[in-house]
Amino acid sequence: MSRIGVFICHCGENIGATVDCEKVAAAAAKIPGVVHSVDYKYMCSDPGQNMIKEAIREKNLTGVVVGACSPRMHEPTFRRACEEAGLNPFLCEMANIREHCSWVHEKGDPTTEKAIDLVRVIVEKVRRNKPLVPIKVPVTKTALVLGGGIAGIQAALDIANAGHKVIMVERSPSIGGHMSQLSETFPTLDCSQCILTPRMVEVARHANITLHTYSEIESIEGFIGNFKVKIRKKARSIDMKACTGCGLCSQKCPTRKIPSEFDAGLGTRPAIYVPFPQAVPNKPVIDRLNCTYYLKGKCRLCEKVCPTQAIRFDQEDEIVEADIGAVVLATGFEIKHGDFFPEYGFGKFKDVIDGMQFERLASASGPTLGEIRRPSDGKKPETVVFIACAGSRDPAKGIEYCSKICCMYTAKHAMLYRHKVHGGNAYIFYMDIRAGGKMYEEFVRRAIEEDGVKYVRGRVSRVYEREGKLIVQGADTLLGAQPVEIEADMVVLATAAVANDGAEELAQKMHVSYDAHKFFAEAHPKLKPVETNTAGIFLAGACQAPKDIPESVAQASGAASKVGALFSQDELTREPVIAVVNRSAPPLYSTCVGCFLCQAACPYQAIEREEIRTRDGKLIKTVAKVNPGLCQGCGTCVAVCRTKAIDLQGFSNEQVFAEVMALLDRSEPDAGI
Amino acid sequence: MKLGFYPGCSLEGSSREYNESVMAVAAGAGIELEPVPDWNCCGATAAHNMNRELGLSLPARILAKAEAAGMKEIVVPCAACYSRLKVTRHELLEDEELRRRISAIIEYDLRCEPEIINVLQFLDSRVMPAIEGRIKSPFDRRVACYYGCLLVRPHKILKFDRLEDPRSMDEIIRRIGGDPIDWAFKTECCGAGLSVSKTELVGRLSGRILEDARIRGAEAVIVACPMCHSNLDLRRGAIEKAMNRKYDMPAIFITQAVGLAMGIDPAKLGLNRHMVPVKFRERPAGKVPAGPESPAAAGEV
Amino acid sequence: MSTDAHHDKATASLAGAILEQTGVPVDKCYQCGKCSAGCPLAADMDYPPSLILRMLQAGGPELEEKVLRSYTIWVCLTCETCYSRCPMEIDIPVMMDYLRHESLRLGMTSPRAKDIIRFHRSFLDSIKYTGRLYEVGLVVDYKARSMHLLQDVKLAPKMYFKGKLNLIPETIKGLPLIRRIFSRSSKAGGEDAR
Repeated sequence: MSRIGVFICHCGENIGATVDCEKVAAAAAKIPGVVHSVDYKYMCSDPGQNMIKEAIREKNLTGVVVGACSPRMHEPTFRRACEEAGLNPFLCEMANIREHCSWVHEKGDPTTEKAIDLVRVIVEKVRRNKPLVPIKVPVTKTALVLGGGIAGIQAALDIANAGHKVIMVERSPSIGGHMSQLSETFPTLDCSQCILTPRMVEVARHANITLHTYSEIESIEGFIGNFKVKIRKKARSIDMKACTGCGLCSQKCPTRKIPSEFDAGLGTRPAIYVPFPQAVPNKPVIDRLNCTYYLKGKCRLCEKVCPTQAIRFDQEDEIVEADIGAVVLATGFEIKHGDFFPEYGFGKFKDVIDGMQFERLASASGPTLGEIRRPSDGKKPETVVFIACAGSRDPAKGIEYCSKICCMYTAKHAMLYRHKVHGGNAYIFYMDIRAGGKMYEEFVRRAIEEDGVKYVRGRVSRVYEREGKLIVQGADTLLGAQPVEIEADMVVLATAAVANDGAEELAQKMHVSYDAHKFFAEAHPKLKPVETNTAGIFLAGACQAPKDIPESVAQASGAASKVGALFSQDELTREPVIAVVNRSAPPLYSTCVGCFLCQAACPYQAIEREEIRTRDGKLIKTVAKVNPGLCQGCGTCVAVCRTKAIDLQGFSNEQVFAEVMALLDRSEPDAGI
Repeated sequence: MKLGFYPGCSLEGSSREYNESVMAVAAGAGIELEPVPDWNCCGATAAHNMNRELGLSLPARILAKAEAAGMKEIVVPCAACYSRLKVTRHELLEDEELRRRISAIIEYDLRCEPEIINVLQFLDSRVMPAIEGRIKSPFDRRVACYYGCLLVRPHKILKFDRLEDPRSMDEIIRRIGGDPIDWAFKTECCGAGLSVSKTELVGRLSGRILEDARIRGAEAVIVACPMCHSNLDLRRGAIEKAMNRKYDMPAIFITQAVGLAMGIDPAKLGLNRHMVPVKFRERPAGKVPAGPESPAAAGEV
Repeated sequence: MSTDAHHDKATASLAGAILEQTGVPVDKCYQCGKCSAGCPLAADMDYPPSLILRMLQAGGPELEEKVLRSYTIWVCLTCETCYSRCPMEIDIPVMMDYLRHESLRLGMTSPRAKDIIRFHRSFLDSIKYTGRLYEVGLVVDYKARSMHLLQDVKLAPKMYFKGKLNLIPETIKGLPLIRRIFSRSSKAGGEDAR
């Protein structure tokens, strides 16, 4: 006979104002098998928990039901209390009478009735709960950091400095990310590369970090603490050991007119190239899509000039496998390109450029060596119009969110332009100036007051070209929305920040959720900003949402500390909510008939084959067996099993049916157990 | 081939040459255009500005007459009529209650079956395939293709061509041997219905269009709408006053350009009816295209 | 700001009526001004389009009357540039139609728009009398209404000789139905077209 204790929480007014908690407790007391039933203002408080502990000891309870909030909030609290009083924690369950009842219904008898039903259902479940023991799994103390931008670099260094191994995988030929392309950074105007490159070098030299550039994730399997990853190292066509990075190959390469990715298409590069002078690793890669040898079968000039014979035309992609315990996703963002802004002539007029292109124009390492010259004819632009929100906050273009970084970098661009082109006119068309951040507002004021940047509040309707000038048609909404027309020499669009190419595919590969714009989803918008819904996979930087450098770095350090906490344990404790295949006495051994439908259905490859043999090794039967380390307790196998040979511990078919029956048949609760 | 045809009021009056050239081109391509029986005015800007139901009912009656006559497609050369018919059809298809209300007003249970085709679609899909290879005198002119508002907007309903910087008319000009310029005023408004009531505004708006075409060296502006044409041609005085300069650049209907390329007699295309004479500069020797009696090469036609 | 402006939306506001009658959500406008920036006639309007939207958002009898008495709503050409570029996809042309109808219904039309409205009336009369637009009749009728008797007098003979003027109107067979359409439509608000 079960001896169940029921504890109804008022949660202050949260439940108490809508549900008659006293009545719920009184009704629960009448359920057969319930030997103790009380209500209290805050069950999660120390006195509340003590009530549970005392009742367990005094009434020798065999099960506890707490009618309160969602188990996501306080299940660990109450289970720990039970454990402290000597009750197996898996004999304690919560009935959610807050999110599922008081918060979503009006005050009244039906609401209280529903709360009683919810409690009754859980009482029937707890009656059938069995003591369970948590599962222990080992932790592989190596982290995988995906992406070698500033967020990935910060996360990798923090984890490595805490003494753990890190494998960094970067898709492009060098680490550094977008930050390496930037000229100066707001709000201090320090040189982006000057503060970034020491970190890049540190990554390359760190004893705990293994770097794979020009590489991508092929596949990932497993679970927190125990992932297996396959990394595809794309053929670089270079022997990295032999290459000294002398650069002779790039100098002699006859194919020189390929738009440079690093210079955002404003400069060119050869087919064998190092993306930028401070690249890490500082060794070239052959762009096979543009290399004359790969296209026409002739040339091999680089091979001839290479003093160390490091060119490998026949190199193939290589797959590297690794065991890892945690993943930090730091795959970054992209800005919107192409002709998505036809009314601004973006993609049509050479002198309508995007923010990243302006960064390259302003950068000392850029195609103009830091002089502001417009792309069409190299002329110094006398008037530059900057257009904020080019695609952001624009549902018509499919992007309703604010890209967050543009207000600040546009202020910076206009400021840099005014510093570099004396007497030049800088106009910024904006809707709002969002400068929330340390010294950000001051920075914008400086642009306006000290550097004479002219802010015009209004969105531009159209940009067209006339006799070498770009005519910008805007309006000044602070002057009664009067039309404003500016003859500009160059127009810079702060195009929307969007998720990186391949983000969706990667998210599916990693089993992490993503939002409608393909940014990776954090586990909780406030309280779990660096976790994903998949345990052991963390987020850093702009792959989660557009972010500036300080924010990306802070989040990266946050993700690194989560990895550190995970790696501080030798073993992980997991909930024992896993599937089990039943075993019975001979001659049946198990009701499993060995059809292995479950094996095909299991998303986690957790089902194995087990051969049942006689003592002398004769095979009797092959049945399914669940690997407790891999099983995630999703229950898919339970649903497909034709002989009901699999059950989910803690959520057995019997328990679920009992819960349903308790709802269907309120008058006759099953008192048999 | 036989297609339904809605000329609209302008084509019967002040833009007679548009009608003449549409008919001549269609006949040349072996296409018969059958007018919607007893058609009425679409109501134009006036109707929808003044009264919502009237603005829908007048085009709805046209659709009803075409539907009752079993027409599946109606060619509508006037961009304004095209817009009114297309928008009405869209609104009635989107809103069943409205469709019933308007059906009651026009005394016909309208199903909105006939598709509405504008002149560029008509030329592109019907005329050009029929005359390809039969271009007698290529329309070898540098021209500005002017689409105006109503062929492309509202884009969500019309879903025709690219909203900004459309290309379909340029493509037709290219196919008849012309050289369409890249310019900035393809879809800027000419002043449309304010032609009579606010002529000075039309002068300014249409003036900006001609000015941009002039700067970029266009020999003519090609149009596909009688309203645009009358503002650019008939209102040339107002334009010159607003812009304070003379413009001798003619405005020609796209169908006239296609007709010229087909070798149709300019008079049959109504080229003599324009206020601004259709004159082209002499071509440099050696650049004269095939066809000895190329009308476009012969000065005023 | 007075309590009149920033009117409670629950009360019958013009913005509320627009939403109800046309489905155009005035509240969606975040005042970016792109409509005013692209409007070919913004400089000629008393209130550019985005300002009209702001006045409707603020609401209250004073501002709403200003909107209905504005010249803007009549000089608007329905060129659709605003709608085609509006980031919030607010159908301003449909809203303008509704405002014109309300302005007519309440007799609040702008004196500056007199000629535009006279022209529309002459235009509709022509349809009512023949079923089609009779251009000569339209111009003569408009001149009589507007007293702009000398307008375009030099143009008419030229047009005549170019064969662009029909001196005899064409009347369609379905004219009685057209008349019925006019009379039925006029009951539904906007201008009384009878």
